[in-house]
Amino acid sequence: MAAAAELTLLEKCLGLSKGNKYSAQGERQIPVLQTNNGPSLTGLTTIAAHLVQQANKEYLLGSTAEEKAVVQQWLEYRVTQVDGHSNKDDIRTVLKDLNSYLEDKVYLTGYNFTLADILLYYGLHRFIVDLTVQEKEKYLNVSRWFCHIQHYPGIRQHLSSVVFIKNRLYTNSH
Amino acid sequence: MRLFVSEGAPGSLPVLAAAGRAQCRAELLISTVGPEECVVPFLTRPKVPVLQLDSGNYLFSTSAICRYFFLLSGWEQDDLTNQWLEWEATELQPALSAALYYLVVQGKKGEDVFSPVRRALTHIDHSLSRRSCPFLAGETESLADIVLWGALYPLLQDPAYLPEELGALHSWFQTLSSQEPCQRAAETVLKQQGVLALRPYLQKQPQPSSLEGRAVSNEPEEEELATLSEEEIAMAVAAWEKGLESLPPVQPQQNPVLPVAGERNVLITSALPYVNNVPHLGNIIGCVLSADVFARYSRLRQWNTLYLCGTDEYGTATETKAMEEGLTPQEICDKYHVIHADIYRWFNISFDIFGRTTTPQQTKITQDIFQRLVARGFVLQDTVEQLRCEHCARFLADRFVEGVCPFCGYEEARGDQCDKCGKLINAIELKKPQCKVCRSCPVVKSSQHLFLDLPKLGKPLEEWLEKTLPGSDWTPNARFIIRSWIRDGLKPRCITRDLKWGTPVPLVGFEDKVFYVWFDATIGYLSITANYTDQWEKWWKNPEQVSLYQFMAKDNVPFHGLVFPCSALGAEDNYTLVSHLIATEYLNYEDGKFSKSRGVGVFGDMAQDTGIPADIWRFYLLYIRPEGQDSAFSWTDMLLKNNSELLNNLGNFINRAGMFVSKFFGGFVPEMVLTSDDRRLLAHVTLELQHYHQLLEKVRIRDALRSILTISRHGNQYIQVNEPWKRIKGSEADRQRAGTVTGLAVNIAALLSIMLQPYMPTVSATIQAQLQLPPPACSILLTNFLCTLPAGHQIGTVSPLFQKLENDQIESLRQRFSGGQLEESLSLKAKASPKPAAVETMTTAGPQQIQVLMDEVTKQGNIVRELKAQKADKNQVAAEVAKLLDLKKQLALAEGKPLETPKGKKKK
Repeated sequence: MAAAAELTLLEKCLGLSKGNKYSAQGERQIPVLQTNNGPSLTGLTTIAAHLVQQANKEYLLGSTAEEKAVVQQWLEYRVTQVDGHSNKDDIRTVLKDLNSYLEDKVYLTGYNFTLADILLYYGLHRFIVDLTVQEKEKYLNVSRWFCHIQHYPGIRQHLSSVVFIKNRLYTNSH
Repeated sequence: MRLFVSEGAPGSLPVLAAAGRAQCRAELLISTVGPEECVVPFLTRPKVPVLQLDSGNYLFSTSAICRYFFLLSGWEQDDLTNQWLEWEATELQPALSAALYYLVVQGKKGEDVFSPVRRALTHIDHSLSRRSCPFLAGETESLADIVLWGALYPLLQDPAYLPEELGALHSWFQTLSSQEPCQRAAETVLKQQGVLALRPYLQKQPQPSSLEGRAVSNEPEEEELATLSEEEIAMAVAAWEKGLESLPPVQPQQNPVLPVAGERNVLITSALPYVNNVPHLGNIIGCVLSADVFARYSRLRQWNTLYLCGTDEYGTATETKAMEEGLTPQEICDKYHVIHADIYRWFNISFDIFGRTTTPQQTKITQDIFQRLVARGFVLQDTVEQLRCEHCARFLADRFVEGVCPFCGYEEARGDQCDKCGKLINAIELKKPQCKVCRSCPVVKSSQHLFLDLPKLGKPLEEWLEKTLPGSDWTPNARFIIRSWIRDGLKPRCITRDLKWGTPVPLVGFEDKVFYVWFDATIGYLSITANYTDQWEKWWKNPEQVSLYQFMAKDNVPFHGLVFPCSALGAEDNYTLVSHLIATEYLNYEDGKFSKSRGVGVFGDMAQDTGIPADIWRFYLLYIRPEGQDSAFSWTDMLLKNNSELLNNLGNFINRAGMFVSKFFGGFVPEMVLTSDDRRLLAHVTLELQHYHQLLEKVRIRDALRSILTISRHGNQYIQVNEPWKRIKGSEADRQRAGTVTGLAVNIAALLSIMLQPYMPTVSATIQAQLQLPPPACSILLTNFLCTLPAGHQIGTVSPLFQKLENDQIESLRQRFSGGQLEESLSLKAKASPKPAAVETMTTAGPQQIQVLMDEVTKQGNIVRELKAQKADKNQVAAEVAKLLDLKKQLALAEGKPLETPKGKKKK
């Protein structure tokens, strides 16, 4: 998904009515937002955080110092680790690490839904749709989290809904 | 909370500095772990620094840890900081880890280390200077500054990697480095060992992925999209509306061009090509073409510009060539001077004078400088032992001697180096030396020679450099080369040779010697000017009023930046010295080097036989100009750039703009009623134009070309979005809109034609004729975008500017220049010089060469068979097979057999 399309999705789930126009910069097609009353903003997570503030939903950036830092950490993870690599091995490492991280968590910050969940969901979508049933079961915690986020109101929009099976099929593999 | 660090992990720097700055250091427990220890339970790969929070949670991102410290101290997040931190993680870190890996792990230096980070450093510098704020996110130092400072410190603490021209970055970095939290962090992490303190950690890290597959890139650096304020838009619109009125009167062309006091006087030289070689594309882009773009630009700015060049004609190589072709040295020079002049004329190089070094003026000026150096005690005399061939009655230059290597006994060692053992040889140490010309045995004779006392001139040289370098546009490679020469210590340099073909030495006892070409070749610029005007000293003895720009490839830097300045400073005659030394890196051909002897690559005289117009060659060579890093000429890339950038982008835009005027408005530029979108476009074009000026003033020729293409891309988008071809059929309002869009587009096309003039003069003139651009607008380029084609202006006939290059055409050219020209050029040579001597040397060389090649083919064949038998790696086999085929091809050529081209392999 192109960054501009992703930001448009985010605008919708934040309830922002006016559609911003984004341009893309460079080889990696980094999104740029030309704001009306200030300099332009460059970068997916920068613009996303800006939109969250525009929608007066600062809580999505975290409430405590710790939560704020954790949200930014996973946003950075999204643009460097998830977007940075697209070969299979790297993505497997990402899924393995996330799976282990989410073992005792509902959301990335623990108990609160934040921007980090939204952008990681968008970023991982293209990989999760291609997972086999067996892989989905292998990354069980990621699957649980992903399935939860895709059912969160207003997030998924036109993206395909990924099917997860509730029963374990490969009990030996764990 | 507990912070896990590791010895030499660069991430510790920003983290410790941030902790100090946000006053969290007291609460921090610090544990040191090994570089491969996995601290974070859920991460597969080891990561430090890591902060374990009291909640048990981990922060494993360096920026997030720093951010956390700042948040604890009550700081609030903002967009600008977020933007810097995101940029740091996605752009700066990959570049920096490559640079640090080269520097610390691979022990590379200089450009190798600097080039990966150049773009990122420039970005920071531009941002700081554009906002004119001392810090990244505003008036006070904050999170973004600490994170970026910490990332950059290991590299930038070595001043070699903090170029003076990045002034804003320089002062930002110094300010931060002097602050207490930063100083303490630096001491803790680097322990006064500099960047080497990072080695234990970096060695254990995998090679940064940004290093893998880093090929020589011809792609220009991406510049960020500009931001526009209302003021900028208003100013751009005001300038546009003034139109042609704001043009100053065109200065009449003077003859001769002379500097004028109080005006900007630009003296431009291109390295003098050596007369007996036909220049290849690398030579052309390296000096004459680059200098030509700057000279043309300089004239568009109405600066007093003198651009000169000429052939460098003296020296051993000319004498040899003369012997080969059975001509006198003078005849050789006359012959090749014409060849050179023809090539540059074809490439449309706008010399004010293209002279030569074999003139009485050259003798006069060289001898004058020499006499002054002698009088001031800057010339030494010493005895040098040299081989002399009594039969030919001359001292032999290294390349004229062959013999048995004193180290390994190889029979055909050259006078300077043995090809077998690779050791450097002093020619007099060769056993059984032979004169390569007559095969008789030379004798060792001592010969008196003169030396320029560079050590004695070191002090004035350094004073001059200190005055000249800061703020000048010397390219980084030139600065590096000069610095390293000075650092290694200057040695006396021999300035005489035992030859006949050269400038005579006016000193008793030296009547049969001449000046070494490199002593007097750089004086050629002066003598060529003197042949152009008797007032040459107004240019060359006028350092206060003349800016001297010298263009060359990097191998020429020592002579222009050091040897000649030393001669001129020692002569104490108020010479104009180089203000801006512009050196390019090397241009490769496809995947290798240009080679005249193997017939690989395109040479100046062959470019015109390809049927590709000179302007297309100019465009592509300038597009891949080795500016800052080596680049490569590639046929496929040339086809791609021609078809995408010229045909589909630039040509398409200009043609469409003109066609709309002709088709929809009967050839007259329609009324323009600007909307806010149009104003914004105006401002964008203006900004890009100003960027073009900034770049060309800094002689960043390749980057400035990109501005032209960017404007044309803006223009294409503008037409595409506004669809004048539909609106022209619509309502009155729609038709007015179509008019505005067409009018603005055709004015952008006019602007492009002027900006293009330095790069593609013929195409530029064609566009200007098609648009009937008023003459004053054609010869002046201001820093603002003007309406030069007002409503009602009638344009001429519009036709397409560029032709598509086809795959087959390019493929056959690639074949032709991949070594196949050897045969052709040999037979040409034979035809051109039917003198028996020349033919004889060729036939004697022939069988030997064939034998060598046959041996190599056999050897290589065995290697391939062996590999195949061992079932070796496919790629390895393929590489060896390619070598074998290449050798076979060379052999076939040497034997004069027709080439067998492997079929079915043509298409990739």
